[in-house]
Amino acid sequence: MLRLPAFDVAAPRDLPGALHLLADPNQGARPLAGGTDLVPNAKLGQTRLGTAVLLRNVGGLCGLERRGDHVWIGAGTTLAELATDPTILETCAALGRAAARVASPQIRNMATLGGNLCLDTRCRYINQSEFWRSALGGCLKSHGSECHVVPGGQGCVAALSSDTAPVLIAYGAVVEVAGWRDGQVARRELPLADLYDSDGTRHVRLAPGELLTSVRVPVPGPHVRVGHRKWAVRKSIDFPLISVALRLELAGGALVGGRLVVGVLGPRPRVLDLKGLAGRPMGAAFAAELGRMAFDRCRPLPNIPYDADYRRERLAVEVRRLALGLLDDPPHCSDA
Amino acid sequence: MPIAEPLDPAQARRIAVVRLHVNGQAHAVAAPTHWTLLELLRYQLGLVGSKQGCDKGDCGACTVLVDGLPTLACLTLAVAAEGRHVETVEGLGVGGEPHPLQRLFAERGAAQCGFCTPGMLMSSAHYLDELGRADAPVIRRADIAAALGGNLCRCTGYTKILEAVEAAAQETCSRAQAIGDGPGGAA
Repeated sequence: MLRLPAFDVAAPRDLPGALHLLADPNQGARPLAGGTDLVPNAKLGQTRLGTAVLLRNVGGLCGLERRGDHVWIGAGTTLAELATDPTILETCAALGRAAARVASPQIRNMATLGGNLCLDTRCRYINQSEFWRSALGGCLKSHGSECHVVPGGQGCVAALSSDTAPVLIAYGAVVEVAGWRDGQVARRELPLADLYDSDGTRHVRLAPGELLTSVRVPVPGPHVRVGHRKWAVRKSIDFPLISVALRLELAGGALVGGRLVVGVLGPRPRVLDLKGLAGRPMGAAFAAELGRMAFDRCRPLPNIPYDADYRRERLAVEVRRLALGLLDDPPHCSDA
Repeated sequence: MPIAEPLDPAQARRIAVVRLHVNGQAHAVAAPTHWTLLELLRYQLGLVGSKQGCDKGDCGACTVLVDGLPTLACLTLAVAAEGRHVETVEGLGVGGEPHPLQRLFAERGAAQCGFCTPGMLMSSAHYLDELGRADAPVIRRADIAAALGGNLCRCTGYTKILEAVEAAAQETCSRAQAIGDGPGGAA
């Protein structure tokens, strides 16, 4: 049995109330929406909680709608809602399909998009119980000075397991962030790709007390195809061992631009620009070339389960299949 | 196990009264703020049907319905259940009679050690609810497996569980025209 350590709970009614609490440096406050990441991490002694700030009563964080050339999604929208929403399936289906592949039905009913984007990083060491970890001592992420998964590692390489982050970066999504400054709400926006840092101990670039409040997804034009593939040991519950998204911008049957976004390598999704492949005709040869490019430029680490060399070879296969799927099934792409 | 000892103020600050409905009955329950809904159900209300399995969201043994949706009670803070309607396995049967799912789990040998069964039943009950609401219900093994995708069983190999839920689904669809999608679908 894993018991939570004692902490305080606050249930603010509105965004200023929540931000005011989160901004207090003495509270050790953390936002809690679905709790599917924070609660198990707190049970494992990986995250310290002073005050859990419940977001369920905070207005304006939920729902989604099309607003002109983009879709606005409140950060409190659950993954189950994303997976079945007609607007999502019509405008950015790959996001809905990626959300549908996260964890299990129960977790998708609880977990929110904001939480999935701000997931804590994971590795084979840190996501064990405190007792298990005590046999080895601390690590770069937990009051220690050495990495137990990459011998000699100087920086924390725990992986971001989000499935929605790679696909939203492929869509070119922008996130809105709110903080509390000079007694009022201060908002800013940044491209999702810029939200992440390569340091696994502080991989989400939010200032202390800031909260991710919404996501804007530009609706892709008719010549843009976006897809996502996830590989995990089982088809349900498991964290991804590979989570990859692809955006192809086409004109006259040839590539003009796009990007490949590779998740779960480390703390930050890897974005590979496809401009260098512009002019390539679409077909099996292109898909194979893309797979080789992923293999050459990405080096999975032994930070998460499964053999790193195998994951690297598997990545090439997944990228090739993703590209082939996008070429065969124009508007969407799905997992095998 | 009500909290009997007097509390010092620092602790009292960390006790909340949670008002919620459990299996249709209104409750106001005192619980420490760091307790999960599962702890509230088991230790304060004595509803020990929902099981404490992995206790970190991997196994689904603690699955209950919160406002009608399958939810992990082990990851839900008790205070976050304020004002919610919670259904547990204890609320499935009516008037002392087992729910059709419970009867069919027993008849089809869908439970062995039984530890995953309450969670399986609650996920299955939600699947049947959804099926009953569909305009043209179609029973597919793949849909049942997806609905049970968050519930681990280490004994049965799942086959008999899927058979039991499928049989319950067929009973639910008394509109017997429910059409399967080939082998493995509803016959």
